[in-house]
Amino acid sequence: MTLLEAKNISIGFPSRHGMFVAVKDVSFNVQPGEILGVVGESGAGKSTVGNAIIALLEPPGEVIGGEVWFKGKRIDNLPEEEKRSMRGRHIGMIFQDPQTSLDPLKTIKQQLVETIDVHLRLGRKGSEQRAIELLEKVGIPDPELRINHYPHQFSGGMRQRVVIALALCGEPELIIADEPTTALDVSVQKQILDLMRKLCIETNVGMILVTHDMGVIAEVTDRVAVMYNSKLMEIGPTSQILSNPQHEYTKSLISAIPRPDKRIDRFPLVSYIEQVIEPEQAFNIKDHWLGQAREYTMPVADDGTILQVKDLCMRFQISNSLFKSKRRYLDAVKGVNFSIKEGETFGIVGESGSGKSTIARMVTGLYTPHSGSVNFLGKEISAINHTPEVLAYRRQMQMVFQDPFSSLNSRMRVMSIVAEPIMFHKLAQSSEEAEQIVLDLLKLVGMSDDAYAKYPHQFSGGQRQRISIARALATRPRFLICDEPTSALDVSVQAQILNLLKDLQQELNLSMLFISHDLPVIRQMCDRVAVMQFGEILEQAETEQLFQNPQHQYTQHLLSLMPKLNMLPGRGLS
Amino acid sequence: MFSFLINRLLQSIVVLIAVALIAFSLFKFVGDPINNMVGQDTTLQEREELRERLGLNDPFHLQFYHFIKNAAVGDFGISYRHKVPVSDLIAERAPATLELSIISVLLSVFIGIPMGVYTAIHRRGFISRSFMSLSLVGISLPTFLIGILFIFLFGVILRWLPTFGRGEVVSIGWWTTGLLTWSGIKSLILPSITLALFQMTLIMRLVRTEMLEVLCTDYIKFARARGLSEQAINFGHALKNTLIPVITIIGLQLGLVMAFAIITETVFQWPGMGMLFIQSIEEVDVPVMAAYLMMISLIFVSINLLVDILYAYIDPRLTIDGGSKHG
Amino acid sequence: MADSYRNKSNSKLKQFFAGDLWYDFYHSPVALLSFSISLICLLLALTAQLIAPFDIFDLAAIDLMDADLPPPWAGEEGDSRFFLGTDDQGRDIWSGILYGAQISIFVGFTSVIISAIIGIALGLLAGYKGGRIDSFIMRVADIQLSFPAILIALLIDGVMRGLLPREMHDELAVYVLIFAISISGWVQYARTIRGSVMVEKNKEYVQAGQVIGLPSHIIALRHILPNVLNPIFVIGTIHLASAIITEATLSYLGVGMSPTTPSLGTLIRIGNEYLLSGEWWITLFPGAALVILVLSVNIFGDWLRDALNPKLR
Repeated sequence: MTLLEAKNISIGFPSRHGMFVAVKDVSFNVQPGEILGVVGESGAGKSTVGNAIIALLEPPGEVIGGEVWFKGKRIDNLPEEEKRSMRGRHIGMIFQDPQTSLDPLKTIKQQLVETIDVHLRLGRKGSEQRAIELLEKVGIPDPELRINHYPHQFSGGMRQRVVIALALCGEPELIIADEPTTALDVSVQKQILDLMRKLCIETNVGMILVTHDMGVIAEVTDRVAVMYNSKLMEIGPTSQILSNPQHEYTKSLISAIPRPDKRIDRFPLVSYIEQVIEPEQAFNIKDHWLGQAREYTMPVADDGTILQVKDLCMRFQISNSLFKSKRRYLDAVKGVNFSIKEGETFGIVGESGSGKSTIARMVTGLYTPHSGSVNFLGKEISAINHTPEVLAYRRQMQMVFQDPFSSLNSRMRVMSIVAEPIMFHKLAQSSEEAEQIVLDLLKLVGMSDDAYAKYPHQFSGGQRQRISIARALATRPRFLICDEPTSALDVSVQAQILNLLKDLQQELNLSMLFISHDLPVIRQMCDRVAVMQFGEILEQAETEQLFQNPQHQYTQHLLSLMPKLNMLPGRGLS
Repeated sequence: MFSFLINRLLQSIVVLIAVALIAFSLFKFVGDPINNMVGQDTTLQEREELRERLGLNDPFHLQFYHFIKNAAVGDFGISYRHKVPVSDLIAERAPATLELSIISVLLSVFIGIPMGVYTAIHRRGFISRSFMSLSLVGISLPTFLIGILFIFLFGVILRWLPTFGRGEVVSIGWWTTGLLTWSGIKSLILPSITLALFQMTLIMRLVRTEMLEVLCTDYIKFARARGLSEQAINFGHALKNTLIPVITIIGLQLGLVMAFAIITETVFQWPGMGMLFIQSIEEVDVPVMAAYLMMISLIFVSINLLVDILYAYIDPRLTIDGGSKHG
Repeated sequence: MADSYRNKSNSKLKQFFAGDLWYDFYHSPVALLSFSISLICLLLALTAQLIAPFDIFDLAAIDLMDADLPPPWAGEEGDSRFFLGTDDQGRDIWSGILYGAQISIFVGFTSVIISAIIGIALGLLAGYKGGRIDSFIMRVADIQLSFPAILIALLIDGVMRGLLPREMHDELAVYVLIFAISISGWVQYARTIRGSVMVEKNKEYVQAGQVIGLPSHIIALRHILPNVLNPIFVIGTIHLASAIITEATLSYLGVGMSPTTPSLGTLIRIGNEYLLSGEWWITLFPGAALVILVLSVNIFGDWLRDALNPKLR
């Protein structure tokens, strides 16, 4: 019997501009024991579908059309009290962030027992017994001991297991998981996905897995529904959709996924996505301000090394105390060595907390290293201290940040944002010239003509990242640091930005330090790569060599966690 | 946890010393104590002798040390105006102020918190909206005006309740209480409600804001998704999480009640420390001002320490180390 | 082409009128009403010299024969010249209210502006610099917060009384009041600004400024400050209401404005003595004026807070 059937549901949010329709006419079904993936980019309406099924739409959202049937019974028109009794008992839900999903003031025992009590009425002893069984089932070691702990005593992955145990308390037949692994590191992500897969098979629970990540979809789902712009594009068995997408949108989406299995020159961009703006060569860059007058007072060393990092260490104080011996420190970076040659892209890959962003911030001088040296163009950065030299060094090294929403000052116009470094470093003779340079820069990064007079909030994430790149180029740098430049972006936008970065690097002969947690992205972007864990570089190699023949155990482990996506089209061609 | 409390204790001591310094500076720089103690016909030489005898020619730090030493045992010298030891004056007035403040605090906490919870849960209900509008009137009415209106309504027009003084009081040792006589209780009604109203509205609005924040969190949504009843969510999960930030601020507010008592006491001619303080300001009676200041800050600091201990007791994140993140 | 870019002010104004805040304001009767009443109060008070029927400072115009007259519509003894009655010295209550409100509003506004400037400067400094400067400023703020505005103001007033001769004190009373109220009010601004600055400081646009090489004062003033000012308008509005209340309270307690240059609080104090003998108008009319003023400002501030808080929409 079909577990859940959604028939032509539409969901709207009334506002003063009229009804905003977040989901239009979407139909699908879920069978017992099956995992249905719902995939789409931000704003596609995928989470709203999940919230509507469990009747927890954020007010003022409402279902404005269609029907939801659960085990042969219509549930979208039930009274509120009956909807509540469905939740947890028949339909459970898992949220994205395990850090905030649990009540911090109650032990997990209290939270589990309370939930079991509501649904199963097993009595005190029975509930406790059941709670311990559940913890065991989701893979928490020592459940008898751990059950008395508070949420803050668990790590992120363990907390997500507790969340899953809580969702299972009422023995629901359907679970809606909204980005359940997005906040977790890759190694933990894999374990949680395996756990969910196992639970579905063992208990015949149906699951709707909402995610933006094609890797997750390929890993665990049986069928997948692709959503775009509030509408369902196509739905079908996962292998079929991935290997042979029918809809133009799905095709373009899949073409934008960075391939883990081979390096390609550029991402092929299928033009279904409206935002695609391929920058034309607006002017000959060699003749332009950007290409000219790069009066390098500091020449590159004979062997072409532009940046040399030696024994770099960083230590943060994590708890203060009057007594020195009681203070606790975190060694975020421990004795790191690497060097970057002119025109090269050097990648650093690692999980969160591995220290890779700290390195970027030490290289740019945002943090002062605890010990060790950063040598840029033959100068010790720590030794530079008088203003003109600091500014000269600042000017040659710029950074592109991770979060396009916070990396631009929302109170300034695009013109002022990009012109500020030019004016500050006096790189233009007059403000008219500076404005002309800004307009050229914006053209270069593929922004439309009227962008300069707008504020950042009038742009999408990808467009903002383009502005951010324009700002970084405004000082005519030779060295660009990219700290997870695309991890906050949708995959199709990511492909565009990565293409842009590749083009700019070639045209301007930029050297790059490229930091990412995403191995396929690293493979597409970098010439050489270093793998980091716990503040240390474990392995450093040419990118292709590292991917084909990893030496260190941890690198091998990371590579094995990489989503295979071996159903992607065109694999046979490589 | 332990170091947290030690830290707070040290902070409290610093606060007390800072206040002592201010109080002492009053003595030092406001008015000449000698002028206040002697008559017109005292010779310059006699004045100088007195100055020497009182240690007024000692270096600053030595004088400050003596001041603290005396203050620690409750000795603030002799009131310029009343010519009796300040400690006696304070002891005589303290029970009136404390009774008034404590009753008001109880009123404002036990009415304010439930009202805040109610208005947060039924955010869009009619009663909540009325409460919220009324509370705006509450914080817009100055305490003294509320007092005046009460006096006019209940004292002048209706003639139900007394409008000044404590009524009959009963002495128990050095303490005097109005709670044991009918006229004492009747006299307490108007002042205590007047004093409580402002705090009550503040607490209610604060609890409401905090609770609304908590109701937006993920763990509340997750609790809903697990099918817990609204009852369990509101009172089991949301309320406890609301109280953590609220406790600190309520603690802060309660210290302030003592100060707001100054106004209420003036309006209702309540013979407490606040009235004493106002008079001392009008007459520049420095020893009384200093003593009152020290007294208020001592009470305030103690309340805050208690709040910190309570806080640590409620929040497991403070008492239980999160270090055991194995796995 | 750069014309539209330069033409900043015009489009900023346009942006405001197209924005959600203006829409909410325009469609909220509560906001419109409270704002209009506040504005009317402000205008009446500012033009007291022009519209008040009597000059209450002009001793020659006061006749003791007119003392204690009730409003003409409430008792037979009333005089049609004084439609809200007169006080114990024969001063017109309505004129007193207008002049009194002028002083109350002047003290309120000035204190709010001074508090805000001190608070914003210290909050920005503490939040951006961090470390010892931050601990020091915040410790001082904590201590300051332990004492309510009333107590601090009383204390400052007491000190001033000790230091200044009597006549001078009356003359300087208004400045003593402003000083006392603004000194006790800066903490709120400083705390709020500091909190927001600590959040903004870690945002990447600030790091981008550092990477460009901008000196810290430019980052703090040009980049961070404009992003943290929003809550100041809410605090300022509500603080204005509470500053007016504080002023009135101090004057009521007899340590604020003197009876010769009365504020609303002084008028209430004067009338309080006659309340028990049935001459209610001397107290209740200034009281009502105070409440209308403070209430409308408070309601507007409350609306503004909710309107600027996206979570509560």
